[in-house]
Amino acid sequence: MPPVSPEKVIAVRQLCKAYATRAEPVPALQDIDFAMDEGEFVAVVGPSGCGKSTLLKILAGLIPASSGGAYLRGTSIAGPRRDIGVVFQAPVLFPWRNVIDNVLLPADVQRLDRASHARLARDLLDLVGLNGFENRYPWELSGGMQQRVAIVRALIHDPAMLLMDEPFGALDALTREQMTLELQRIWLERRKTVVFITHSISEAVFLADRVLVMTPRPGRIAETVKVDLPRPRGLDLIGTASFGNYTRRIRGHFNAANLSGTEL
Amino acid sequence: MKPSGSPWLRILLLFAGLGLWEAAVRLFHVPTYILPAPTRVAMAFYRGVVSMVYVDNLWITLLETVLGFALGTALAFLLGTMVALSRRFEYYLYPFIVMFQALPKVALAPLIVVWFGLGLSSKVVNAALIAFFPLMVNTILGLRSADEDRINLMRSLDASETQIFWMLRLPGALPFIMAGVEVAMIFALIGAIVAEFVGAQSGLGVLIQSLNFSADIAGVFSVLLILSVLGLILNQVILLVRRRVLFWDPSEKRSPESTAGRGRL
Repeated sequence: MPPVSPEKVIAVRQLCKAYATRAEPVPALQDIDFAMDEGEFVAVVGPSGCGKSTLLKILAGLIPASSGGAYLRGTSIAGPRRDIGVVFQAPVLFPWRNVIDNVLLPADVQRLDRASHARLARDLLDLVGLNGFENRYPWELSGGMQQRVAIVRALIHDPAMLLMDEPFGALDALTREQMTLELQRIWLERRKTVVFITHSISEAVFLADRVLVMTPRPGRIAETVKVDLPRPRGLDLIGTASFGNYTRRIRGHFNAANLSGTEL
Repeated sequence: MKPSGSPWLRILLLFAGLGLWEAAVRLFHVPTYILPAPTRVAMAFYRGVVSMVYVDNLWITLLETVLGFALGTALAFLLGTMVALSRRFEYYLYPFIVMFQALPKVALAPLIVVWFGLGLSSKVVNAALIAFFPLMVNTILGLRSADEDRINLMRSLDASETQIFWMLRLPGALPFIMAGVEVAMIFALIGAIVAEFVGAQSGLGVLIQSLNFSADIAGVFSVLLILSVLGLILNQVILLVRRRVLFWDPSEKRSPESTAGRGRL
């Protein structure tokens, strides 16, 4: 295998994943190849069962690849790493911890200095409009607020890469739109390298620099769509022709395969 | 939370019940050695309090119960944790657990008294034995109930198994553990009384038996009253701890009435 260039934040090389079943291994991902620059926002879009969550779990070091590999700043992702932040579909907050303690969970696990990270946590909570909520408990927050806490928690240990697995999938449509804008704002301010998994084509186009379009069973990258739309992008952009061109082009892949389970 | 009825009517009904009992006993001339009237029970209670016969026995039973509870819950938590964390440990221990679970633990009381004597220790051991199982089962269930997403989150942060235990599994198991502790407290009291019935020199169980032998049924009722108040107080202590520990648990935000009415043995 050719050496992996360390200036790429993420490099995925001929990545394959098959799940063992009683009969025969079922391929989930096949020959996934892509690389990402520092500060790039990449969305992975595809219908249910295209293996996009599997890809995220491999990038997070939660499950191993069957062959090929994923590299973060030139080193192989062989297991969980401390320089990755993950946001799941559910906020996954611990109800016995208040907001600030939930945010500081990575600092507690990785035994980082609590005082300096608490300061950072307050700044980040400010950034997502949650100042004054430090001492509240998760059950006192709305779904959107909980997911903001989860995003802040994923950023607190200053990871090299942020992985987001359908983070707004469980929210209602209006909150979802608002969170999409919010995420763009956070990203413009912090410029993290983000891998954003979604089954919403418009969400992917709206947020990403590049969209990886995946086909199901086994998941392959059908096309990489570079999104050349100026930032910051506003919600009115969604109605424009250029935005429609991108979404139509991506949807074409799924219509061709006559697939359901993909929105918009 | 709003009560679902009038508190006055509730008290009225309680006194109406007692009045009905009193009236029935007098009207049908029920002999006192079968069913004493509430006024007789009250008199017996007063006599007992004046003669100080309750105090020493109550103290003994309370001591047995609390020590048995402490021993039983400590062992249950330890063993439950080991079973929950180690599949191998569970594999080898499982036959023992199944065997003991099917057995009515009170049936062991005569043996325990033979082994540990007529003094305090046999009561403590019996109370511990009966308190043990509900908490052990709940500890195993609770520690295993950790949500897959939460475990994935901890793993993604590169947490060690020890960290996952202390930061996630144990706090997450607390609702189960506290429910087990609540049952264990009452079970410990049952265990202590049963062991006293089998053989002891003092305690409320002994007092019940000796009053029973001398056909002082009003006296027996007065001790039953004390036992039920004792059980209630012990239960309230646990509920108090539970509310502090589980302030974050949604089920804690319900009225405490809903737990008081829960059926147990």
